[in-house]
Amino acid sequence: MLRYVIRRLVMLIGIIFVISVGSFYLIHLLPGDPAAVILGTGDSPVNRAKLYKLLGLNKSIIEQYFIWISNVVKGNLGISFISQTSVATTIRAALPIDLEIMGLSQILAFAAAIPLAMRSARKPDGLVDRILGATSFTLLSIPPFIIIVLLVLFISIKLGVQNIGVASYVSFGTNWIVNLESLALPAFTLAIGSFVVYYRVLRSDMIATLQEEFITMARSKGISQRRIMWRHAFRPSSVALLGAAGVNIGGLLAGGFVVQYLLAIPGLGYTLIAAINDSDYLLVQGIVLVVSVGVVLINFIFDFIINIVDPRISRE
Amino acid sequence: MSELFGANSPSQVILSDSSLVERPEKNEPLGVLFWICVGWLALNIIGAVFANVLPLQNPLFQDYNFVNSGPSLHHLFGTDDLGRDIFARVVYGSRVSIAVGAGAMVIGFGIGAPLGMLAAYRRGRFDTITTTIMYVFLAFPAIIAVIAVLSFWTPRSMTKIILVIGLASVPLVYRVIRTATLAIATKDYIIAAKVQGATDRRIMMKELLPNIAPIGISFLLIGIATVVTLEGALAFLGLSVNPPTPSWGNMINESRTVLAENPWLVLFPSLALCLFLLVLNFIGDRLRSHFDVTEVKL
Repeated sequence: MLRYVIRRLVMLIGIIFVISVGSFYLIHLLPGDPAAVILGTGDSPVNRAKLYKLLGLNKSIIEQYFIWISNVVKGNLGISFISQTSVATTIRAALPIDLEIMGLSQILAFAAAIPLAMRSARKPDGLVDRILGATSFTLLSIPPFIIIVLLVLFISIKLGVQNIGVASYVSFGTNWIVNLESLALPAFTLAIGSFVVYYRVLRSDMIATLQEEFITMARSKGISQRRIMWRHAFRPSSVALLGAAGVNIGGLLAGGFVVQYLLAIPGLGYTLIAAINDSDYLLVQGIVLVVSVGVVLINFIFDFIINIVDPRISRE
Repeated sequence: MSELFGANSPSQVILSDSSLVERPEKNEPLGVLFWICVGWLALNIIGAVFANVLPLQNPLFQDYNFVNSGPSLHHLFGTDDLGRDIFARVVYGSRVSIAVGAGAMVIGFGIGAPLGMLAAYRRGRFDTITTTIMYVFLAFPAIIAVIAVLSFWTPRSMTKIILVIGLASVPLVYRVIRTATLAIATKDYIIAAKVQGATDRRIMMKELLPNIAPIGISFLLIGIATVVTLEGALAFLGLSVNPPTPSWGNMINESRTVLAENPWLVLFPSLALCLFLLVLNFIGDRLRSHFDVTEVKL
């Protein structure tokens, strides 16, 4: 176990290093003089001097990387020359919204996927299984940006439900009920995509598990169906489910970006798109770095949880 | 290395999503629905390729006498807020989706597939090195990377979008092809061919390639569907081809502002996109179960 964790940790550090190099190098993809593009409307001799000091633009590219990374480690992601605010502050304000949407959507997705997958697995190819199979397959082909537009059209515009449409976001601290209402559509939209993946993965894994001998053994001992499903079959199958959840995070983020953008919810996705449109490159770079490292860390944590659930994996 | 990235690697689980119910006969028939889907796919491709030859209206022509009109004989799908014919725009819009989907997968398979085959066939140090590199990139959230590169690498063009998504898909293709090849490279007939003195080139082209083709093709179709979705999301965020060139994604995005007045405008491109994705997913899934390939079995 310890050896496994150490090995994964070395991998993790390697991956974060690659991410940092990639994020750093983004600035150099900008056409022409990067300083002029980054400063944009804030181009003045004072700002230019600040930027050169921050990025070390007149030094070699390797030195620039070390200047940049030592700032990042200290939590200094630079100051946006367009909005005159610290990139780190902007990110800290937006990040909780993303986490809230993702958390809500995952609760919904698991709450729907686990019981339905169990129901399907109990009688594979039965009527319920077929209906759920066809439904999940259809949902698989509807991207989140279409779901959210249609939901806004029907629920917010046609039915006229309050606090749920575009630009209705209220922070959790101000009024938590309205906050949850305003996040209902994005959470639901993202939950659909996750539900389909979790349902399909858990269903096929449960069907395989239920054919194992220890299940037959449990049945012959007269253990109730309910207990067999939850205690005997779910635990081995939950490894596949957790694996799918870990992989799903990246896609969830991108889906979240689109949904936030449409509903004008000021999370990281909305901030990122606004920053791209304003050519606020330091902010874009900061968000890309934070989000990438976040995804990798979440994957690492999921790997760790999987190992606790099924310790055989680390021994192989 | 294999224990580090072995079959239990959580990221691999997603590819094993396929029914594990025992099937009575091995190659179940493809079914009528499968051929309907193939027909729809073919229709889409023909429409995209011959859009400028077909008797369609100009997708950029703005007729201010017919703004936000519903479907009629003159405008089959109605017109948008600038009086442009939605039917023509949907057909022309398929060009972007199909070109990006196919183009990106050509790059992804062009680089990923030969590397994956070679690594799994040769094994040894080459395999260890390429697999490690690929898994590092696989851990990187590709979607964020694509958004990041496209937002910095201006001005955006279709070629750049295809290139960026294509390169981002290489590690994924590599993993699928490598795993598929690994399972086959140890089979008796491969060893028999080696014993008979067949060249590596011959074994790879004549023995390995035909056997990994089914999983390759089914993954290719599902891959195209994924790329088309991604392009739609990018268009939505304003990171794909620039308007007025129609694409399904940017049509849906533009429809947001007139959602209440003209719901047709969001309906038709959404429908076209969803049907296209459904058809690709269905054909891919059907082929996979027809040839009975699941990664669990590999």
